[in-house]
Amino acid sequence: MSGDRLLEIRGLCVDYGHGPDAVHAVTDADVVLHRGEVLGLAGESGSGKSTLVMAATRLLRPPGVITGGAVRLYPAVGTEVDLLEADYDVLRVLRWSQVSLVLQSAMNALNPVMTIRVQLTDALAAHQPHLSRQDRHARAVELLEMVGINSDRLSSHPHELSGGMRQRVMIAMALALQPQVVIMDEPTTALDVVTQREILEELKDLRDQLGFAILFITHDLSLLIEIADAIAVMYAGRLVERAPASALFRAPRHPYTLGLLSSFPPLHGPRTPMTGIPGSPPDLRALPSGCVFHPRCRFAFDKCAVQAPPLAVVGASNDRLAACWLQLGDGPAPAELALREPDLTEPTASANGTQTSSGPTGRPAPTERPAPTGVPERAADHEEPVQQGSTA
Amino acid sequence: MRVIARRLFFYAVTAAIAVTIDFFIPRLIPGNPVQAILSKIQGQLPSKATIHALDLQFGVNTTASLWSQYTHYWNNVLHGNLGVSTMSYPDSVGSLIRAALPYTLGLVGVATLISFVLGTAIGAIVAWKRGSWLDNLLPVVTFFQAAPYFFLAFVAVNLFAIKLGWFPSERASNVADFPAFTWTYISDVLYHAILPALTIVIASAAGWIVGMRNVMVTTMDEDYVLIAAAKGLSKRRVIWYAARNAILPSVSGFSLAIGFIVSGSLLTEIVFSYPGLGNLLLQAVSNNDYQLMQGLFLIITFAVLAANLIADFVYVFLDPRTRQEA
Repeated sequence: MSGDRLLEIRGLCVDYGHGPDAVHAVTDADVVLHRGEVLGLAGESGSGKSTLVMAATRLLRPPGVITGGAVRLYPAVGTEVDLLEADYDVLRVLRWSQVSLVLQSAMNALNPVMTIRVQLTDALAAHQPHLSRQDRHARAVELLEMVGINSDRLSSHPHELSGGMRQRVMIAMALALQPQVVIMDEPTTALDVVTQREILEELKDLRDQLGFAILFITHDLSLLIEIADAIAVMYAGRLVERAPASALFRAPRHPYTLGLLSSFPPLHGPRTPMTGIPGSPPDLRALPSGCVFHPRCRFAFDKCAVQAPPLAVVGASNDRLAACWLQLGDGPAPAELALREPDLTEPTASANGTQTSSGPTGRPAPTERPAPTGVPERAADHEEPVQQGSTA
Repeated sequence: MRVIARRLFFYAVTAAIAVTIDFFIPRLIPGNPVQAILSKIQGQLPSKATIHALDLQFGVNTTASLWSQYTHYWNNVLHGNLGVSTMSYPDSVGSLIRAALPYTLGLVGVATLISFVLGTAIGAIVAWKRGSWLDNLLPVVTFFQAAPYFFLAFVAVNLFAIKLGWFPSERASNVADFPAFTWTYISDVLYHAILPALTIVIASAAGWIVGMRNVMVTTMDEDYVLIAAAKGLSKRRVIWYAARNAILPSVSGFSLAIGFIVSGSLLTEIVFSYPGLGNLLLQAVSNNDYQLMQGLFLIITFAVLAANLIADFVYVFLDPRTRQEA
């Protein structure tokens, strides 16, 4: 994974509706997707995962309103574009050629009255008008073969295909213009586990061949651990943790992630009782004060109910972020949230690992925390709450 | 193909049942056409021979069996012979219908088509621009649909034909008989048709607009419309993706509507004294002309069946999911 930024979502806020009854579906979300990376976006239903990507691609439907933030796309050639500022014609050119979309149910995502051929080639016709009819047909055949479907299916209608085939067609469609980013919103949720496995394997192969980045949305954290390079966890419209997949799995830093991980049984290793997360997700119209997770958090302390923690770098490596006061030097991080990270090659990391398990004293204070300018994970506008927090 | 063959068979059976019912209805009604004619020529005492001649012409008071009457009737229907009108004796029912049919098809048919096309297009646009000023169109068009049609038509005649004199107030043309296909005649017919057609369109467009809008609003939330937008297709093409699916229920509705074209827009033809089938039916009813009514019912039945058959084929063409054989 290179450090090359591809899609950068900064401080994105999305409401449904206006005024006091507005539902704050996404608050201050920061997500950075690197070139060629598979980033998993996990969270329970209603945590704002889909809203986040729909807003970022400007496909959000009313009554959804983007109330703030920036979404910068760095195309392979050309200058960066802020998708939230771009006018419709600019968006049209970028859509599908740079960012494509695969949705959960391919039955609904394929137009029932049009043939597979039409739906595979319409984007080609719109984006590459110089292609002849034969060229488009040849590309459609190529795309179908890429996902293992016989080209005689081109004349079929979606209802004549099985669920797995439809999702493959959808993936082929998403790759038609060789986009940089493929956003997958629960692409395998509607499929049985065997088909799900097949499609994930195919997806990995295709990614290795073509090198596109994937923003993979799912509520199934165990699935992400297999496919994703990095995982971002959302809760109540906020990003609460982001980490490399294995690090997040072995050593979660946010209590919510820990709760999610304790909600499914490991297939290997010692048996541990599953605990789950007490309570239920908050009402997005009336969020709790401070950290939105504090009413359900067994580690919560006074400050959590007062002030919302920022998403900040935790530990020495810049690819770990968490929004939790326990990790920001205010309370002693409990042992469950300070496990040693696996496979860290840098010598400082292991030292950091031991220090975190011994308490917060060894960790650099938030203001001293290394925040190199080249690394996008931390936006400057979040400095302030951290400092307030450390002085409170 | 098997789907089409099965449909055709179904429609053939329905048509046969309709013809049979049409055969029995006049035989269940008291009185007969000969008595009706005799009552019209009161004063002259008809001779026995006259009555017998009429009996033969109308096929009443015969000794033939019901079955032979039935087969005879079928033979007549298949040869396009629908009998003789008692109202305008001795004109044949067929000739009366042939004279009225083009006017009804022209006026009500074209008006219905305009109403459907216009209403559906407006409905799609109103749905796409949901939340804009176009939403205000809905209560207005619904008002015109809800207002009693005869009232609307009378107001239109009074205002535009009588007060303002922009349009003629009655009849289909200034000449009584069909002269020839000259431009003068055609433009005269068109001129006479504008006002009645307009009232039909205004009174019926709301149904198409509201119907299309409601389906379109839900269709726009479908994932494939989202994907079409995500593909960077042009706005027009994205709307088309949605509309192409949303139109399916409207097509079913339209197939019912074209069936009713032939029965004529009764109120329109009465208010505008238009010489179409609706007017003819009214005259037949008020003159107890059972022969004519029978012929009209048969024509209307066939028209409804034919319209439904066409709509079925169109629907199969439009929606691939209906092509599956059960």
